Amino acid sequence: MTVETKINLKELASKPEKFAPGHRLCAGCAEGIIVRQVLSAIDEPVVVATATGCLEIATSMYPNTAWRVPWIHNAFENAATTAAGVEAAYKALVRKGKIQDRNVKFLVFGGDGATYDIGLQWISGAFERGHRIVYICLNNEAYMNTGIQRSSATPLGAHTTTSPAGEVIPGKIQWRKPITEIMAAHNIPYVAQASPSHWRDLMIKVRKAVAADGPAFINIFSDCNRGWRHDTATTIEVSRLAVETCYWPLFEVENGVWKLNYKPREKKPVEEWLKAQGRFRHLFQPKFRHLIDEIQAKVDQEWEKLLERCGEKQ
Amino acid sequence: MAKQIVKALDGAKAVAEAMRQIEPDVVAAYPITPQTEIVQTFSQFVADGLVNTEFIPVESEHAAMSACIGASAAGARVMTATAANGLALMWETLYIAASLRLPIVMSVVNRALSAPLNIHCDHSDSMGARDAGWIQIFAENPQEAYDNTIQAIRIAEHPDILLPVMSMQDGFITGHGVERVEVLEDKAVKEFVGEYKALYSLLDIDQPKTFGAWAFYDYYFEFKRQQTEALSKVPQVVREIGKEYGELSGRYYDLFSAYELDDAEVAIVVLASTAGTARVVVRKLRQEGIKVGLLKPRLYRPFPGKELVEALKHVKVIGVMDRSIAFGSIEGCGPLFLDLCASFYTYGNGKGPQIVDYIFGLGGRDILPEQIEGMVKELLRIAETGKVPYRVGYLGLRE
Ligand SMILES: Cc1ncc(C[n+]2csc(CCOP(=O)(O)OP(=O)(O)O)c2C)c(N)n1
Repeated sequence: MTVETKINLKELASKPEKFAPGHRLCAGCAEGIIVRQVLSAIDEPVVVATATGCLEIATSMYPNTAWRVPWIHNAFENAATTAAGVEAAYKALVRKGKIQDRNVKFLVFGGDGATYDIGLQWISGAFERGHRIVYICLNNEAYMNTGIQRSSATPLGAHTTTSPAGEVIPGKIQWRKPITEIMAAHNIPYVAQASPSHWRDLMIKVRKAVAADGPAFINIFSDCNRGWRHDTATTIEVSRLAVETCYWPLFEVENGVWKLNYKPREKKPVEEWLKAQGRFRHLFQPKFRHLIDEIQAKVDQEWEKLLERCGEKQ
Repeated sequence: MAKQIVKALDGAKAVAEAMRQIEPDVVAAYPITPQTEIVQTFSQFVADGLVNTEFIPVESEHAAMSACIGASAAGARVMTATAANGLALMWETLYIAASLRLPIVMSVVNRALSAPLNIHCDHSDSMGARDAGWIQIFAENPQEAYDNTIQAIRIAEHPDILLPVMSMQDGFITGHGVERVEVLEDKAVKEFVGEYKALYSLLDIDQPKTFGAWAFYDYYFEFKRQQTEALSKVPQVVREIGKEYGELSGRYYDLFSAYELDDAEVAIVVLASTAGTARVVVRKLRQEGIKVGLLKPRLYRPFPGKELVEALKHVKVIGVMDRSIAFGSIEGCGPLFLDLCASFYTYGNGKGPQIVDYIFGLGGRDILPEQIEGMVKELLRIAETGKVPYRVGYLGLRE
């Protein structure tokens, strides 16, 4: 697919804002930054469905709304299917001549809880049926809206309120689910991973996703300073470190072809990223330090596999 | 009156036929016995190009209702069908559909809820959803299932209502029972249901709206008040549409139907297909000079309590037949009994007949005319002696 990859900041700044200020997201929350990047990347009309979670709660408190585009919230697990229903209605109404075809795009935002855990079946079903929806996971690696509980996106060793670090248990004891791969395994036309620290890459990916002839999925790293325990001003720095340490690689799978979008000149140790966040603080005690090595081993292993898949290992 | 064709159809096919004629914009559904025939038949209509409907073969009933909600919010006319566990799986979204005021029409082919797993008829599935904010209408036979499906569209989409409708028929007994059904011409149905124009639509790109916002203690209560207010207008609308449909088809519909009730001393109150069996019993006993009558509610939610009290207040004893148990309610009674008792307390001016509940037919257990006859004899004894031996009894149960 060919999409406009030139992004002119001046031009973007002059476009009407689709996501209004005054919402209730926390200071430094990446979700608002990402939503603005996503919406400003799309020129076509969009309808947005959002799963229950921080974004939904912070943007739609009656009688206010931050959404200057048509927006719907149904429940926690079923945002993909809700959007699929909207898309089906659009197809039917256009076919019957009841509304005009305006090349409307159907966008979904769901947290990692909504995506990796409770909503996986709904997304999988919608992808298998080929609805033209773009599903965006705002991955803050825990259930933040309900107070920082573990999800299957939470990495090994992270402290959450349901995988707390204690005297004997060092936080979460499992690694994260490879959801981007799982989505790619649905053989949908476009799947990608992105980070708001690399906004140009993120916006091009959104454009590719909306241009795709079928479902698309983008897993976006979504820093949460409340849950990850760091200063509100360092959101983008912490996000960039995740990319630079290869903890959060930027890649895409376009029509089955894997491509690495960014290779750090020098792969930083994951410890640098862990160190920046209070949720991993306990790992720096001698008795839990071995977990840092384990996390590094996991990151290395996944990175090597990704390089291979992307043909970067010749 | 419009021209009609007589067909031999079971209840499920009759509903599918109505859906073909209505030709909704979107249908999202998932198969479950005994509703499967509706989805299958409708899928075939889609495959044969007989309907211009976007059919979404979802991966679960929760997804079916989720997609219906999205499609309906987008301004489409939307239908689905389910039963039992499928309806139970939808539970969360049933409330959302009603609370978002989406006029979705769902056919429910009543089946017992697990456990033990059972595929046969009782009313535990839709009774479990009776407080979800949906309008609920019960049909006695395939003809009524067909007629109710068509009327449900108009009821749901009525500007004073805008609420989803559940249109019921009994699993297997009606769903798989082939009967003579008078089918309207396609054109007549299309004209009757008309075009749906949503008041608000997600696809109104130029005037974007937020659907499904959240509201706390400062607004939530008012939403609920409006919702219950809309339900209170349903009986009037159901009557108007039932009359209009009668003028079209010759089959008039009201909130309930009564048989031999005017001078009855004892009455049977029962929903759905069993009303047919009860009618046979009433006819036989009337020939023997016994003053028994029958009342079959059609609209169950909202419960037309005032109207039922008016129709039943002259009888001495009422035998309610419940095809489900409202577990934990007084004496382990069924929901119909509860609603009727509450109605008499509310509208009966401190007076009212004795009301006895008979649980029957759970998990598809057959109900025989002799059993109903036995029940009527018991009602007569109560009328005579004034003594109520038990408040909740069971018909056709091995104790
Ligand atoms: C069926 C259901 N179960 C649980 C909840 C409670 N709940 C609301 S949001 C949420 C977590 C959201 O986490 P995530 O999807 O990661 O999004 P975030 O808030 O972190 O952005 C939970 C558990 C719910 N609303 N619905």
